[in-house]
Amino acid sequence: MSQTQFKNPVVKWVDHRLPIFSMVNHTLHDYPTPRNLNYFWNFGSLAGLSLVIMIVTGIVLAMSYTPHVDYAFESVERIMRDVNHGWLIRYIHMNGASFFFIVVFIHMFRGLYYGSYKAPRELLWMLGVVIFLLMMATAFMGYVLPWGQMSFWGATVITNLFSAVPFVGDSLVTFLWGGFSVDNPTLNRFFALHYLMPFVIAGVVILHIVALHKFGSNNPLGIDMTGPQDSIPFHPYYTIKDFFGISVFLTIFAAAVFFFPNAMGHPDNYIPANALQTPAHIVPEWYFLPFYAILRAVPDKLGGVLAMFGAIAVLFILPWLDRSPVRSAKFRPIFKIFFWVFFADCLLLGYLGAMPAEGIYVILSRIATVWYFAHFLLILPILSVIETPRPLPQSISSPVLGGGGAMAGAAAAPKEKA
Amino acid sequence: MRRFLITLSALLFSAPALAAGGDAKLTHIDWSFNGPFGTFDQASLQRGFQVYSEVCASCHSLEYIAFRNLADLGYNEAEIKAIAAQYEVEDGPNDEGEMFMRPAIPADRFPSPYPNENAARAANGGAYPPDLSLMIKARPNGADYMYSLMTGYVDAPEGIEVPDGMYYNASYPGGMIAMPQPLYGEDVEYADGHAAEIADHAKDITAFLAWTAEPELESRKRIGVASMIFLLLMTVMSYFAMRFIWADVKKAKA
Amino acid sequence: MAKTSSQSKKDDVPVKSRRDFIVVATYAMGAVGAGAVAWPLIDQMNPAADTLALASIEVDVSKIEEGQSITLKWRGKPVFIRHRTKDEIGRANDVALTDLRDPQADVDRAEKPEFLVLLGVCTHLGCVPLGQKVGEVKGEYDGWFCPCHGSHYDTSGRIRKGPAPTNLEIPPYSFVSDQVIKIG
Repeated sequence: MSQTQFKNPVVKWVDHRLPIFSMVNHTLHDYPTPRNLNYFWNFGSLAGLSLVIMIVTGIVLAMSYTPHVDYAFESVERIMRDVNHGWLIRYIHMNGASFFFIVVFIHMFRGLYYGSYKAPRELLWMLGVVIFLLMMATAFMGYVLPWGQMSFWGATVITNLFSAVPFVGDSLVTFLWGGFSVDNPTLNRFFALHYLMPFVIAGVVILHIVALHKFGSNNPLGIDMTGPQDSIPFHPYYTIKDFFGISVFLTIFAAAVFFFPNAMGHPDNYIPANALQTPAHIVPEWYFLPFYAILRAVPDKLGGVLAMFGAIAVLFILPWLDRSPVRSAKFRPIFKIFFWVFFADCLLLGYLGAMPAEGIYVILSRIATVWYFAHFLLILPILSVIETPRPLPQSISSPVLGGGGAMAGAAAAPKEKA
Repeated sequence: MRRFLITLSALLFSAPALAAGGDAKLTHIDWSFNGPFGTFDQASLQRGFQVYSEVCASCHSLEYIAFRNLADLGYNEAEIKAIAAQYEVEDGPNDEGEMFMRPAIPADRFPSPYPNENAARAANGGAYPPDLSLMIKARPNGADYMYSLMTGYVDAPEGIEVPDGMYYNASYPGGMIAMPQPLYGEDVEYADGHAAEIADHAKDITAFLAWTAEPELESRKRIGVASMIFLLLMTVMSYFAMRFIWADVKKAKA
Repeated sequence: MAKTSSQSKKDDVPVKSRRDFIVVATYAMGAVGAGAVAWPLIDQMNPAADTLALASIEVDVSKIEEGQSITLKWRGKPVFIRHRTKDEIGRANDVALTDLRDPQADVDRAEKPEFLVLLGVCTHLGCVPLGQKVGEVKGEYDGWFCPCHGSHYDTSGRIRKGPAPTNLEIPPYSFVSDQVIKIG
């Protein structure tokens, strides 16, 4: 990593004093990466791209948006109708939020499946959970800005969650609102914070990448790189692979933006906010649905709020709940089954969050909620003790030795990605 | 692990649809603006504009549409000026501090039939005739819903009491609507001589309102098709570029 | 490492150059795509359709009586329209061009001599001159007077005294009919 690697004298001069070129070279060029990463490792770069798309379109939208209850809805319609290409920029931002969450959810499930949260990557995982929390806060406040019916009532319902806090709940909610209901001060501060948060996220993303590069990427086998034969430089191998992933992602994204721009939104948000009339059926944005289902599953107000936040808090301590030394689900047959059950459980929670809180749905949400927590608090700790993992291959480049199953799995993996 | 993606996307796209499910009957129409290559039928939009002006405009505003936007319907500048001049908008204050009325110009938006929401409610027995500019986007399956609603006025089924000031509409959620039947057919005589049955009126007003809700629809789909071609090509190219770059790593493994 | 293995295959050159072409073309496409996306993001800063719709306005001047002026806002700036008296037109024409700091004949400044259309922005530092309303100071040449730094304009809006370098600007306008002026 000495400056001698640069031939251009200007680059050399700058890098000697401010090693930005070395840094970029280190993270995007030389960075030794496991040679066996599959397509699920594309979602990190896709999440980064999503963040960039959201920040760029967001800054541009803020140039024409007015954070005032009397003008917010109107200014969004002006963006859609009068501002040059405004409809395109707004639809990218609106659908970009959903796609950001799709990408991040897949990124997280990949981490869960391949044990990417285990030592020595605990902090990497926890920083990821912090990013996820910040994203949820940002998305929630962003959804309030168009000041439609769903914006208003979503803001009302979610901020009212904080009234469940014992003793100070009501004053806390008044503090959040800056008044006695969701009103102009609320909208104005949500705009300020919605503008700020993405930059905080970007900061945490940098830490996330620093932590990642300390030990390098995990890989589908979940074993450490033993030497140069296990790794390849990031460029050109993973730059082109990420580029391919980005092309696929953008194609799907563009299809949504241009042909189904409102499919993931709610029609009620095209009705201006009305404090005197709640829509018949209010649902949060789809990415909040599993957490919304957990909230409603608990019959107690404070309990529901605690369960909902607990559902994310439990992710923070996951590295210490799953004590199994084997990372990848490939070599953990029982864990693998439970992973898929857990995945199905999350989908079920998402479905239940969209359903009315009545009859069979309530019972199902309770079962699904209990399972969600049981997976982390009971199943994973017990599995780490009782499960016998399959023998691990000796290295990434020579996945020989061990049982036949492990070998077949390892050999098949790289072929998938070509 | 491929099913991972498939199941996830299935859930994502089914959840809003499930949430939006209603009990009202919808007639599905094959609208000209549906699908990736959909465009508006200008003649139909012009007829729909006529229906709006002669029927809907007496109660419903069109807040987000300016007269200049009518260029999308195929009117030229002089025609738009003439249309605008038929409306009066409030302006002012003048030097004496008074608000005054003047004929509208193309830059003005359609004036609202009522000065404010309370006046609108007072004139309509407490019900508020909503603004129509975004109506098609503000209802699930907006276009089909609008068509069904316009043609959905029928006699209430046996045993259902329709209260005073309410009307029965099979396509309205719950059946009871405060709006009396707006279109009967024949009451709007089209300038272009097109047949004027109730179904024609309903189709044209729906097309017109689909345009007011999404005036960008045609350019959106046009740019969309071009973008998809570009991105698909980029995907294919990057796939082969990736294969080439990775070829020696694969070979070394095999 | 992998790089060395690619270098060792230098012998099959045609295959390699074809590969390089595809790779370069792929990244070039990415660059083109990024450029195409950048345009809407930049172009959104240009005036929007509702702003452009008000970029030209029509004014009915039939109600302005002789000797009266009106002020209206056009593109965010004041526009003065004065229905001049015979005397004012006469005085504007009587001046010798050599006496003017910014020589311009009155006939070149008014399409119809009775209606003078001016941008009401002092050419010195952008203040709005006085002289539109009855009783306001009109300056030594009975036209307009800028109170900020004392520029005097004559009945044709030409600079006669004070720091302003040029005459009051004439906005682009035309008579669409006898009594209707289209500005912009």
